[in-house]
Amino acid sequence: MPTKILDLPVTERVLSGNRACAGCGIGIGLRAITKALDGRMVMTVPASCLTVLGGMYPISSVDVPWVNVAFPSTAAAASGLAAGLRAMGKADEMTVLAMAGDGGTGDIGIQALSGAAERNDDFIYLCYDNEAYMNTGTQRSGLTPAGARTTTTWSGKRENPKDMPRIMEAHGIPYVASTSAVYPTDVYDKVAKARTIHGLRYVHMNVPCPSGWGFDPKDTVRLGKMAVDAGLVVLYEVEDGVFRLTGRSAALAKSGKRTPVADYIATQGRFRGMPDGSVDEVQAWVDARWDGYVRRDTAGR
Amino acid sequence: MSTGTTEVMTGNEAAAAAVKLARVQVVAAYPITPQSPVVEQLSAWVESGELPAEFVTVESEHSALTVCITASTVGARVFTATSANGLAYMTEQVWWAAGARLPIVMCIANRAMAAPWNVLNDQQDSMSVRDAGWVQLYCRDNQEILDTTLQAYRIAERLNVPVMVCYDGFLLSHTVMPVSVPSVGDADAFLPKRPEPLQIVDVNDPRNIGPVVIADPRADASGQSCHGYMEIRALHQQALLAALEVVPEVDAEYAAVVGRGWGGLTWEYLLEDAELVLVAAGSLGTQATVAVETLRAQGVQAGVLGIRCYRPFPAAALRERLVGRKGVLVFDKALSYGYEGPICADLRAALSGEPDAPTVWGAVCGLGGRDVSPDHLVDAARRALADGHAGTRHRPTDWINLRLDG
Ligand SMILES: Cc1ncc(C[n+]2csc(CCOP(=O)(O)OP(=O)(O)O)c2C)c(N)n1
Ligand code: SF4
Ligand SMILES: [Mg+2]
Repeated sequence: MPTKILDLPVTERVLSGNRACAGCGIGIGLRAITKALDGRMVMTVPASCLTVLGGMYPISSVDVPWVNVAFPSTAAAASGLAAGLRAMGKADEMTVLAMAGDGGTGDIGIQALSGAAERNDDFIYLCYDNEAYMNTGTQRSGLTPAGARTTTTWSGKRENPKDMPRIMEAHGIPYVASTSAVYPTDVYDKVAKARTIHGLRYVHMNVPCPSGWGFDPKDTVRLGKMAVDAGLVVLYEVEDGVFRLTGRSAALAKSGKRTPVADYIATQGRFRGMPDGSVDEVQAWVDARWDGYVRRDTAGR
Repeated sequence: MSTGTTEVMTGNEAAAAAVKLARVQVVAAYPITPQSPVVEQLSAWVESGELPAEFVTVESEHSALTVCITASTVGARVFTATSANGLAYMTEQVWWAAGARLPIVMCIANRAMAAPWNVLNDQQDSMSVRDAGWVQLYCRDNQEILDTTLQAYRIAERLNVPVMVCYDGFLLSHTVMPVSVPSVGDADAFLPKRPEPLQIVDVNDPRNIGPVVIADPRADASGQSCHGYMEIRALHQQALLAALEVVPEVDAEYAAVVGRGWGGLTWEYLLEDAELVLVAAGSLGTQATVAVETLRAQGVQAGVLGIRCYRPFPAAALRERLVGRKGVLVFDKALSYGYEGPICADLRAALSGEPDAPTVWGAVCGLGGRDVSPDHLVDAARRALADGHAGTRHRPTDWINLRLDG
C-alpha cells in the first residue's frame, strides 16, 4: 500500500531555512528521502544546487552525515563510502546515498556511475533532475528538454533529453525508479523500498526549479504535477526487471486522461517563443514514450 | 627486530609487499604502464584472502582516487597507484585528497607525459602535481620503495596529509633486486592502527564534511568564529611543513624497529669534502654516485646530495649542506616548460641570498626514457666545471644526451 502523506515520519532531517531559492523543489524531495532512510545514512554530494542547499561552513541545513565531493565523482565517492564502511565493519550502520543533479549524473558523472552500476556496488544513487546546470547559471545539460531556453541554448534546445533511468536499467541493476519531488509519498515509498535492497539502486527524481525554468515559486508543486499529468515525467519502478507504473502515472494510464504538453509548456519562461511545430514534435515524442510505458506496465501485471 | 625474509623482487612487487604489511583496507586502482603490476599483485592477494581488503575495480583513475578519498573519510587505510596520464587524469582528486586532509598513500611509477606517447621513465608526472599539497618522496631502489611505502602511512597518519611514493618506471618498477621484507611483527610494531580521522561520519553526530567555505572566518550557530578558506589552507601548509620534522623522525623510528633508514629528507655520498655536488632524485641519484667516483679518480672533489623528500622542499637542510661549496649541478628528469628543471629552480631559490652560496647549474636528462649513463653525468659535470672556470653564472639548462641532429 502506498504511504499516505499523514503517515510520513514526523522527524525532520532537513532543517528549516537553507540557501536554496524560494520554491526550490529539491528540499521537498530531500525531506522525503531522509525520512525514508530514517536518518541512518551518509550522503555524498557533488558540486550542484544541492551543495548550496547544504549550507556554507560552519552552518549546515541538513541533520545527516554529508560528504561533499568533486563534480564528476559522485558514484565513485559512494562506492568508496560503501567499501570503506564495509572495511570498518560499519556497513550495517547506515545506507550510502549518492545524490547528484542531472548534469552531475547524466553528463560529467555518467562514467563513474556506469562503472559503479556494472559492479553493482551497494548504494542508492538518486539523481534530482532540475533539467539543466542550475548552480552555474542555467546552462543546458544532456537532460534538458527540447525547446528549453538556457544560457547555452538561447533559441531553445533542439535535442530531447537522454533517458537516464533506461540507461541505468540497461546495466541490469536490481532497482530503478522514476519519481517527482512534488509527490513526496511516491519518493518516500521508492527510497524506502530501495533501502531494503542491496546492490546499486537508481532513483530519478524530477525537481521543478522556479529560478531556472521561469515560474513563480508558489507554483512548484502545481507545475511538477502538470509535468506528470502531461506524461513528460512518469512515475514508475523497475524491480528485478519488472516494470510498474506508480501513483499518479498509474492512475493516468487507467483513465487515459493525459493533458496536452502545450499546456505545461505555456506555464514557463524557458519555453517562451517555442514554435508550435516544435511543441508538436515534443508531444509526439511524449506520446510514443508513454505508449511504451503503458505496454510495459500491462506486460508486468 | 625479528628476521624477515629476503626476496628478489621488482619495484612494483616491493610496493605491493609494503601495502600488504601496512594492512591496507581499501585498494582502488586503474591499470597503466608501468604501475599495473602493483595492483595486479594486490588484486590477487585480495582474491586469495592473503590481504583482507576491499578491492574496487574502478573504471578510471579519477574514480580510483575518489574511492580512496571517501573510504579514507570513513576511517579506512587506503592505497592506490598510478603513472603519467593516469595521474594527470585524477589531478582534480589529487588536490581534493590533500585539501580534505586525508592520509592516503599513492605510489607513482614515474613515466613520461604524452603527447607524444611514451611509456618509459622520467619524472614529469609527479613533478607536475608537486603544488597540490602532498608529501612527495622519491626512491633510489626497490628496498627503499618497500620501506618508504610503509613509512608513508606513518607520515600520512601523523600529519593527516597524503603521501606520494615516487619510483622510476621500468628502471625500478620492472627491475628485480634483492629486497628484505620486514616480518609482520616488525611492521605492526612500526605502524600502529590508523588514528581517528579529523572529521567523522557518524549518524549520531552528523557533520557536513567539505562544504563551501568562504574566504573569511564565519560564525557558527552559537556565534563561535570558525576558519575561512585561507585559515584552512594555512593549517594545511603548517602540516606539510611539519613533515620536515616528521619524515626524518619516522625514518628513524623505522630504523629502530627494522634496522634500516634512508636519511630522512636527503641522503648523501662522498659529500663531506665535496666542492662540486651533484643533486638528483630517485634512481638517478644512484647513477650519480658512480659518476662522482669517476670524477674523483679524475681529481675532481665531487659528491652527491640526493633528494628523498621533494615536498615539502627541504630548503634548510639543503642550505646547511650546500652553502660554502663551489658548485652544484642539479639533474632533473622533468622540466617546468618555459623555465627550467623543477628541483633546480627550487634549489636556486633556497640558496638565494646566502653570502657563500655555490653556483647552481641545471641539467635535464632521461626524458621519455632517454638513456642516462654515469658517463653522461661525468661529461655534464665537466661542462659545468668549465663554465665555472670561465666565470659563467647563468647558462641555459644543459640537455644531457640530446641529439637534435640525429
Ligand atoms: C570538473 C568541474 N567542471 C565544472 C564545474 C562547475 N559546475 C559546478 S556545478 C555545475 C552544474 C551542476 O549541474 P547539475 O548537476 O545539473 O546540478 P544543479 O546545479 O542543476 O543542481 C557545474 C558545471 C565543477 N565544479 N567541476
Ligand atoms: S536554481 Fe533551481 S534547483 Fe537550484 S536552488 Fe534555485 S530553485 Fe533550486
Ligand atoms: Mg541540474
